[in-house]
Amino acid sequence: MDSQLLVIILIDGLVYASYLFMVSVGLTVICGVQKILNVTHGALYAFGAYLTATLLIVYFEAGWPQFGAFFVMLVSAIFLGIVLGVIIERGLLKHLYHEDEHIVVLATFAAFLVLEDVLLLIWGTDAYIAAEPLMLLGQTDIAELPFDNYSLSMVLLSAVVCVILWYGLRRTTFGKMLLAVIYDRELSQAMGINVTKVFLLTFIVGSFLGALGGAYQAPAISVQPGIGVEVIVLAFAVVVIGGMGSIPGALIGSLVVGIARAAAVHMEPVLELFVIYMIMAFVLIVRPQGLFAPAKPRKI
Amino acid sequence: MTKYMDRTTWALTIGLVLLIVVNFFVPEWFRSILLLSLARGSVALGLLVLWRCGLISFGHALFYGFGAYTVALIVKYLGITDAFFTIACGVVVAGGLAWMLGFLLRRYRGIFFALLNLAFSMILYGVLAKLESLGSTDGISLERTTFLWYAPEGAANKFALFIFAAILTWGVALAVHHYLRSTLGYMTTAVRENEIRLEFLGYSAERAIHVKYTISGLVGGFGGAIAAMTIGHVDPDSMAYWPISGDFVFIAILSGTGNVGAPFIGALIYELIRTYAFDQFPEIWQLIMGGTLLLIVMFLPNGLWSLVDRWSKRRTGRDRLEAEREKA
Repeated sequence: MDSQLLVIILIDGLVYASYLFMVSVGLTVICGVQKILNVTHGALYAFGAYLTATLLIVYFEAGWPQFGAFFVMLVSAIFLGIVLGVIIERGLLKHLYHEDEHIVVLATFAAFLVLEDVLLLIWGTDAYIAAEPLMLLGQTDIAELPFDNYSLSMVLLSAVVCVILWYGLRRTTFGKMLLAVIYDRELSQAMGINVTKVFLLTFIVGSFLGALGGAYQAPAISVQPGIGVEVIVLAFAVVVIGGMGSIPGALIGSLVVGIARAAAVHMEPVLELFVIYMIMAFVLIVRPQGLFAPAKPRKI
Repeated sequence: MTKYMDRTTWALTIGLVLLIVVNFFVPEWFRSILLLSLARGSVALGLLVLWRCGLISFGHALFYGFGAYTVALIVKYLGITDAFFTIACGVVVAGGLAWMLGFLLRRYRGIFFALLNLAFSMILYGVLAKLESLGSTDGISLERTTFLWYAPEGAANKFALFIFAAILTWGVALAVHHYLRSTLGYMTTAVRENEIRLEFLGYSAERAIHVKYTISGLVGGFGGAIAAMTIGHVDPDSMAYWPISGDFVFIAILSGTGNVGAPFIGALIYELIRTYAFDQFPEIWQLIMGGTLLLIVMFLPNGLWSLVDRWSKRRTGRDRLEAEREKA
């Protein structure tokens, strides 16, 4: 293998990995705290992409300062995280925490179907393209090949999200409360932590991350029906590979999947789609709890 | 003899007779709905077998797709359109796959079991969507099905296919029903309730699960084969993608696990809601499906069959009361 191909695979893999990390980190946060696999996450990604694309089209037509586009993404992700997060958590999940995990997955699958159609009702079946931010950042030549700076900036964004999450979990009071809830829900409740509030806040943060993934991806893709369906199963794969509920797991999982996929695309395109699920199956077989599963406390 | 002629057997047989009679009067489109209900109901029946031991698969489109594609590939590459032969192949291939995967999957429980199934079904999807020789994303169209020397044309073909499928489905449902009433079948519940206790009684929980998984694969392949012949076309998005697996779980939870007949009733209701929603409200048919599923999950978590159970329990309760009164 020549070195140019290797560089391309690495960079493509890294870009794809950061995209995967952005869509799976919210899923894994919710999974870790609430112990549910949240299918609606795919809908949040789609909503993020659609809302941002529409707003960006309006924004650039109005001719406002170009770099404000990134602010638009952030604002729409926060908006969606709060609105949809509260609706889904308070309206649906709240009633299901005591149910079997399969039932909860099914309920979120149902909510996902509903949200998909709400999406169609609002935005229709047309594709939205808002590539201005992509143009804005230009391109860089690496190994004699042009790469979009925008895609490369996604790596930066994931790194920032990663650091903020680490800081938030390890260094703030809320993070410590969260860890306590993850460790033992009942005991932390007995210690005076408002678990209901922690659950709601976690879900909002997770939803925000999903919407942010979609929002940031919007300029780089054509926003059209079906993107949520595709993303959620990918995010599932990453979360399972990394270990359900583990943020370093999501990071490693995205890197493994991203680079494996890039290698497949450039060397054996036929493998592209199923290499990801091959890894998922392999990890489940060898280490079902995932590569970085959070240690389970032994309870008496 | 009484052991083999219980109420479910009678109900299934009456159902079969009813279906065959109905077949003479229904319009073409409704016959297709009935056929698809038989197909999807069969896959949901496979899920029911697993569900009885507390396992759910998020990837049963794997066997559905395997059965369907086996039929399509035989038609395409061998040119054999005989329904008896293709369906047998579809069932055997899907069952064989389930048997092989079973060695692995029988070690898993809960969410890991569900997700590993999802992973396998997505591998199949990836292979089908990418390989040109397997039809890629366009899929494969099937030639008209024949039945031994009988090769009906036009509407008569669906008519014959329906009778063929109804009789076979009746056989499959009966076989599963009697399996569930055997010692090995009763172990399903035991696995769900307390696996360790079952092991101490001298049975192997893993082996019980393996048998169930193989059965559910066989039945899933059967459903896929029927679906392929009904639709006359197979493609990865409608045969093996993950929302298809979601649909099967949907049908299974809609039906409940009370009886082998339930998945077929559930599948029919599912198809009717879907067809109606798609026809009347094409914009929001998914919303209607999702809403229905949510209502079921929230208010009827044990499925429609739990209504029947509740009703029959109340009735037997009343019967007992009356009997006591008579005695007094």
